[in-house]
Amino acid sequence: MSNIGTYDEKRENFTWDVAKEVLGWEQGELLNIGAICSDRVCARGHADRVALIWEGFGDRKATYTFGDLKVFSNGIAQMLVDQGIAPGDRVCLFMDKIPSLYFAFLGVLKMGGVVQPLFSAFGDESLEVRLASAGTKAILTTRKHVKKVRKILDRLPDLTHVIVLEGDPSKLKDGEVFFDVESAPRVEEFEVYQSGPETPSVLHYTSGTTGQPKGALHAHDSIWGQVLTTSWVLDLREDDIYWCTADPGWVTGTSYGIIGPWSLGVTQCVLDSGFTSARWYQFIADNHVTVWYSAPTAIRSLMRDGDELVAKHDLSSLRHLASVGEPLNAEAVVWSEKVYGLAFHDTFWQTETGSIMIANYPGLPIKPGSMGRPFPGIEAAVLDLKTHEPLTEPNSVGLIAFRPGWPSMFRAYWKEPAKYASRFVGAADGATPDELRTDTSLWYVSGDRSSVDADGYFWFVGRDDDVINTGGHLVGPFEIESALVEHEAVAEAAAVGKPDAVNMEVVKAFVTLKPGFEPSGDLELSIMNFIRKKLSPLAMPQEIEYTDKLPRTRSGKILRRYLRAIEWGEDVGDLSTLEDD
Amino acid sequence: MDDVREAVLEYVIDEYIDEDDDLEVDADTALISSGIVDSFSMVSLKAFLENKYDIRIPDEDATPEAFDTVNSIVRIVEKHSS
Repeated sequence: MSNIGTYDEKRENFTWDVAKEVLGWEQGELLNIGAICSDRVCARGHADRVALIWEGFGDRKATYTFGDLKVFSNGIAQMLVDQGIAPGDRVCLFMDKIPSLYFAFLGVLKMGGVVQPLFSAFGDESLEVRLASAGTKAILTTRKHVKKVRKILDRLPDLTHVIVLEGDPSKLKDGEVFFDVESAPRVEEFEVYQSGPETPSVLHYTSGTTGQPKGALHAHDSIWGQVLTTSWVLDLREDDIYWCTADPGWVTGTSYGIIGPWSLGVTQCVLDSGFTSARWYQFIADNHVTVWYSAPTAIRSLMRDGDELVAKHDLSSLRHLASVGEPLNAEAVVWSEKVYGLAFHDTFWQTETGSIMIANYPGLPIKPGSMGRPFPGIEAAVLDLKTHEPLTEPNSVGLIAFRPGWPSMFRAYWKEPAKYASRFVGAADGATPDELRTDTSLWYVSGDRSSVDADGYFWFVGRDDDVINTGGHLVGPFEIESALVEHEAVAEAAAVGKPDAVNMEVVKAFVTLKPGFEPSGDLELSIMNFIRKKLSPLAMPQEIEYTDKLPRTRSGKILRRYLRAIEWGEDVGDLSTLEDD
Repeated sequence: MDDVREAVLEYVIDEYIDEDDDLEVDADTALISSGIVDSFSMVSLKAFLENKYDIRIPDEDATPEAFDTVNSIVRIVEKHSS
């Protein structure tokens, strides 16, 4: 029997207080995610239970108990306090998936800071934009990544603390602090910050169509959504060995790669090395992984590498599989059932929602290719593209929307109240973020399109904007275009998504060149590498098309939808606003 | 093929290794499985090979395993040069 039991029964008379029952929560306990994931598990008698099984490239392996989590997160928290970091300060985590990343995530929360995790493959410009926006006070990084911080430090007056958690301390520059929590004196007790439901917790940056990335701010109250979805969708139980393949630089890696499993006292595995199918299968076999939460891009890569490789590994420990990041194609669901004897259960949610909103549930029928049905307690609909009224006719395509009020919902876009308000349909002018997120007469609009069939299953159709979903990560075209025109040869640029068999879509750039530059393969490579280093490998165009002119509206705006439609072989739509030659 | 090996190694070091990294990279160093080169960046490495050696490497040959070391990359170049 799965944790969720009967879906329809759970939807009836639902309250989020069920999450408290799942956690065994008692009135008056401290609502601090950092402490709940470490101190509280220890206090309930599980200090010796393994919390983290970690493997890096080569033979590097380590295992940590919940007791270790408590002490090492205490160590990070105390160090931050000693450095003068105060509650509410933004503390960035910028490192690979090393154990210290996980200790630091909990440690920042324990001292009342706001954790700002950033993907370690970001280039210096991507890093700078996000640190500047958040007014980040401290960055915790490693010797490997501190070089990118040094390049931008002069332009970030708020960033007063650069703290290196791993590497050779003799290579640090003046002003940088080295702190290896595992070799530092153990901090057995730390006075955890008295956070409440609305105390800010995590700040994740996410890309949009226009402007620079926005910081989606979450609060400690998010834990109820994360706990209940981890229990009912991922079906985690105390004796599971769980593997979430996501990087904590992205929201899946924190909501379900830290908060969900550890609040429930579940052992999880982390593999910090490059992707190869054989390595992943060996990791599952070696660690007897039972529940596996991954992404369609990885699943399609595994598919590509064939069935024979699966047969070479003992994957019999697996009992439940789930997927997130982009729509999981029906073929992948059918294939996984064939080769693993288990179907991947697709889930849908966003950085902004903080927890799973639509899912396929363990023990319930899957319709391959469907995102599933709304989580109990979540009212979801598709809205008419123009009127924003809910569509009642099955299979009509509209905007995926949710009634506000679930606990994991983001509380703000950092210092961007107008952008926050713009995500709600029916909002009164001047409504505050608190009013918006609690007004259940409104709709929060996700930015994705889908249809709903007669059984209530959602079927993903695509984005409603120009944001590119590559390998499950959202990349903003504006950010790429702004960086492209910084290349010495590029005069104008447009970035769109083009279809890709593994990553769903990848970045394609259309560029016009400055006088004196000619199209060539070497120039294409130069532009690709320029973006890879400046922004990130995800943002790097995987194809560059040279053109004499970009399609623009009469007001001068680049018509990305025209370029995208051509790439996808779709109808280009109304071109009446296209600039004449 | 020693020339190819040398050119690919030089490109990898120039593009993927920071100047002040302590990392020692040779023709047998794991690139993809170690995380030095990620799967997205593999595309630019493939573009480099195709441009420099005027070859086309089909997607089915551009696997993480085939690109995992400079020596395995040399074998890919050899295969598609003939």
